[in-house]
Amino acid sequence: MLRSFYGGIHPDDGKAMSRNIKIEILPAPEQVVIPMSLHVGTPCEPIVKVGDNVLLGQKIGDSKNTISAPIHASVSGTVKAVEPRLHPNGRMVMSVVIDSDGKDSFHADVAPQKEKCQSDQRAIVDIIREAGIVGMGGAAFPTHFKISSGLGKTETMIINGAECEPYITADHRIMLESPEEILSGIRYLLKAMDLNRAILAVESNKKDAVRLLREKLGEDKDIEIKVLRTRYPQGSEKQLIQSVTGRQVPPGGLPADVGYAVFNVYTAWSVNRAIEQGIPAIDRVVTVSGPGVTEPKNLRVRIGTPVSKLIEAAGGLRDNAEKIMMGGPMMGIPLFDTDVPIIKGTNAIVALTGDENRSVEAPKCIRCGRCVSVCPMNLLPIYMYLYERNDDIRSLEKLNVTDCIECGSCTYICPGRLHLVQSFRNAKAKLNAQKAKTGQA
Amino acid sequence: MDQAHKLKVSPSPHIRYLEDTRSIMLDVIIALVPSLAVSTYIFGFRALVLTAITIGCCVFFEWGYRKLLKKSNDIGDLSAVVTGLLLAFCLPVTTPLWIAAVGAFFSIVVVKQLFGGIGKNFMNPALAGRAFLFSWPVVMSTWVAPLSYKSFFSLKTADAVTTATPLSSLHMSQLPEGTTLMQSFFGQVGGSLGEVSAFALILGGIYLLVRRVISPRIPLSYLLTVAVITFIFPRGNDNLQWMLWNLCSGGLLLGAIFMATDYSTSPVTKKGQIIFGIGCGLLTVFIRYFGAYPEGVTYSILIMNACVWLIDRATYPRRFGASGKPKKESKSDG
Repeated sequence: MLRSFYGGIHPDDGKAMSRNIKIEILPAPEQVVIPMSLHVGTPCEPIVKVGDNVLLGQKIGDSKNTISAPIHASVSGTVKAVEPRLHPNGRMVMSVVIDSDGKDSFHADVAPQKEKCQSDQRAIVDIIREAGIVGMGGAAFPTHFKISSGLGKTETMIINGAECEPYITADHRIMLESPEEILSGIRYLLKAMDLNRAILAVESNKKDAVRLLREKLGEDKDIEIKVLRTRYPQGSEKQLIQSVTGRQVPPGGLPADVGYAVFNVYTAWSVNRAIEQGIPAIDRVVTVSGPGVTEPKNLRVRIGTPVSKLIEAAGGLRDNAEKIMMGGPMMGIPLFDTDVPIIKGTNAIVALTGDENRSVEAPKCIRCGRCVSVCPMNLLPIYMYLYERNDDIRSLEKLNVTDCIECGSCTYICPGRLHLVQSFRNAKAKLNAQKAKTGQA
Repeated sequence: MDQAHKLKVSPSPHIRYLEDTRSIMLDVIIALVPSLAVSTYIFGFRALVLTAITIGCCVFFEWGYRKLLKKSNDIGDLSAVVTGLLLAFCLPVTTPLWIAAVGAFFSIVVVKQLFGGIGKNFMNPALAGRAFLFSWPVVMSTWVAPLSYKSFFSLKTADAVTTATPLSSLHMSQLPEGTTLMQSFFGQVGGSLGEVSAFALILGGIYLLVRRVISPRIPLSYLLTVAVITFIFPRGNDNLQWMLWNLCSGGLLLGAIFMATDYSTSPVTKKGQIIFGIGCGLLTVFIRYFGAYPEGVTYSILIMNACVWLIDRATYPRRFGASGKPKKESKSDG
């Protein structure tokens, strides 16, 4: 019996569309738009001006704040503009626009860093920071900060290869195509955290990757590969820790509170490249898939490439495509403009057709309780919804609405087609507004 | 890219499961078909007519009420059909058709719609309708002997041969005579339309379990409670016979599988569902043993229906991550 977490759902994963398609390199576009907010935390300040010549891998943005990660030029060329541009999150964000010269000439800083990190673990953390590596699974939390804040508290490292969202196969492909690099990256991360054991957790729908990784691992005991049940949201940090270890992260706490640190497989891969070749986070693998895409693909693209270029490379949209999202269909951000750039946390571009949302005119709760049984956080969505509708803030607090991870399982399963997650986002906002009000008084 | 595509934007998640209210209700209807077939065979064509009347009236009242009050038209969700079916299943075959229509009105308008419609009613509409129809006690306790109709298609009720149900024997602390347990199990006994065949009901129950429309928590805890108590405290000297007769007789299986599991009127927490089932079981046996009327299923479920809110509140699930270490101050309190 494979281990799992509370509740969860098993949607049709649609991964067959792209799981066997090799990662293809998408040539750098003529122009990239690189927002100064590619991660969770303080946005970077641009350190280049209009007209500057920049080289591939040159740092173009940085911040003094610790919860941040520097940003690098993903093409070589000329800075065209430094101005607010549309970010995938829908807001205007200060961005550096670079016209590519088509040469992709590397900056002098891009050089192997391997010698530097032989002795000093701190050096690895610095390399990771300087390379601008963030949580590549989608959360985009600065990796160097995760390491330094977890130092001393962490006993075991968990590497997240679950990739539980439908359609996405970027992590799967990278595991299949560069297993050695991933294992090496995990070892660098272990060294950086002064640990000697990591668990690589992969969902059971990626058996080929598991086999390959085990083969490459051979007799080594420092990394253990665990196969998890294919169930959404297996790749959510709290759920992953529960599945792998049986322990639960306390409310409002961090994985470090129970002695774990979780990194994505793609983060491990990026760490390895930053150390062995000195290449910072200037590109990433993005799955372009979904029933609305003509020819699903896994593409290696530069950060800052407009989404429309990826869709073009995947043969364009089908006529019945209605919705495009950055990320998977469960938690992805819907896009209203396909000129927004790919950012560090973008693992997929998914296009859906009209019939997948199944929305109805008058959603009605029939009290079936399915939302309660699928909630991975052990919440009571049915009552949270009721209290949100009635503005009953105290009851919402009592039901721990803030614990909701917005995975969307309840909404997915709801036969009455209620907009549950949306309601809980409102509930959290109401709770915060109330707190701000009482704080002032 | 080509701008022919107007993109839609809506909050995540962007996909939904196929199953909806209508398909769930359709599954319940399918699960009730075996019982309907058996009762038509046992009681004749009139059983089918009575069922058609209650279904027709339930759907009509639901449509009419919502039309009059300018609310969304919900009859497409098929829940009124399920209520109609279940109401008919609670009635003796000899029930005058107008009384069945009154029952449908009470179920749909008073119990369901006045409280806000599907999902909002706090009592099972069909059972409350049946309880209301006890205003005509003689009608509601006239039991026709199985397979006693002169002609299958006869709609007259005057010439029906009446009989005692196994439950009335049990109420007098005796095991039923003249009927075997096997006959009772397959439905050759007197009783309300839908309750006669334990076999057909169990078949429907298995279908609902396989389709995951219901969970086994409520039916099993309900039936096990009744089984255990009747086995430990039998009337007469054969524990096993007494227990089996109690399980197969009356509306117990119909209630446990189809009524107590009604979504609107049962708890949503796992623990709560088990408490609910045990409560129904205790009350059923209590009423059967000490009540004036032989059957206790209807009232025990209705009483437990009224407790659902309290049961849910008392069984809030444990907060994720709250055990083990001493509770930390959550971030949101800051």
